[in-house]
Parts: sequence; structure tokens; C-alpha cells
Amino acid sequence: MPKILYFASLREALGRASEQIELPPGVGDVTGLIAFLAARGGPWEQLATLGNLRCAVNQEMAKPDSPVTGGDEVAFFPPVSGG
Amino acid sequence: MSVRVQEDDFDVAAELAELQAGGAGAGALVSFVGLVRDLSGGAAVSEMSLEHYPGMTEKALAAIAGEARRRWPLNAVRVVHRVGRLLPGERIVFVGVASAHRGAAFAAGEFIIDTLKTRAPFWKREVTSAGARWVEAHAADDAAAGRWGER
Repeated sequence: MPKILYFASLREALGRASEQIELPPGVGDVTGLIAFLAARGGPWEQLATLGNLRCAVNQEMAKPDSPVTGGDEVAFFPPVSGG
Repeated sequence: MSVRVQEDDFDVAAELAELQAGGAGAGALVSFVGLVRDLSGGAAVSEMSLEHYPGMTEKALAAIAGEARRRWPLNAVRVVHRVGRLLPGERIVFVGVASAHRGAAFAAGEFIIDTLKTRAPFWKREVTSAGARWVEAHAADDAAAGRWGER
């Protein structure tokens, strides 16, 4: 059961900061997870359409083909703006 | 090497003293302090809040400081970044580096703040006279970080 975190404007748009999901069969990477979440419709569709969506797996920046498995912590967020 | 994320303000003189104490043999200390501006895109800023990703943010800061130490001969590195609610004029971030000579200290300090702005997971939300908004990442910041390339 991966833990999914959402930050900043994405957290506000989706209305949640975190959730625990059951990884459906066939979903094994970031791209697959995004497609699964976007299929919820409504605000979730932006996960698939945002051109600047960032993703981290286990607190390391991830790529579309980075693997995602049951015990992972996956975070989605917009480009960072600290400093 | 020390990196901290905290809500409380920091004392610049105390941070510099710690930097000097931890950087024995250094001939140069360089520090950068970032402040909350009172104007954003022409609108007056009344307050700002900074969100971070607990755990990953500290790791990202440590990785950036570590990369600076690999690129330049540094005696000490110190990064403090605030989160939570901040008002215009308040301090946001402290970057301090100690080195034998000023050239490496200036370069490493600039590298750390440029890289922090594009790689450390912090997000700013401003409340302005034109409403509240999340601060977009700036193309100029990407360009500044891009100057350093991968080594």
C-alpha cells in the first residue's frame, strides 16, 4: 500500500494532503500511478495533464518510468519555489 | 555541515559564529540571507507562508551542501531555511560557507542558493493586495541553477 502525498497548490486543488492506496494490478511505475489516479476524474485529471508536475519516490526525485511498489512513499507537487 | 528547517527566526551573527567555529583554518566566511520582499509582481505583499516536505527537504539540503563540498574546498557549510508564516522583511534563508579563500566561498555560496531554489522542496504562498497565490517557479531561477551544470 503505497503512501501518496500532495503538496502546495496540488494539495489545495485535490483537497487532500495524503492517502494510502491499494496499488492496482499492472501499475508498477510513476506513469501508471498517475494514470490510475487521473482516472478518478474531476480535479484528479490534472495529474495527467499538468506539464510541470513533479514526483518523488521515497523522497528522491523520480522520472515517469521510476518504479513504484507497495511500501513506497510517492509525492506529487508543483515546481519548487523556496529560497 | 549543518542544515536546518525551522519555523523560528535565526540570528545571523550566531549562525556566522557557529560557521566560523566549525570551519577551523578558514580564511573566508561568505553568507547569504534571503528576505521576504514587500512587493510581488507590482502587488503589495502582506504575508507569505512557506510549505515543505518534511524529510525530503532536509535530505535535499544536505545533498546540495554535500555537492558544494565536493566541488569546492570548503571547511564548513551551514544552511537554515524557515517555513510557516512570514511577514515582509523577515529572514527566510541563511546560507553560510567557510573556505581557505574567498573565491571558493563566494562560488559555493552562490551555487547553494541557486541550487536550493530549484531542487529543495519548498513552496511559497503569498497573500497580496491582489489576492492569495502560490508563487510560480521562476525561469530566471532555472537559468541561474543551470549555469552550474552537472559535474
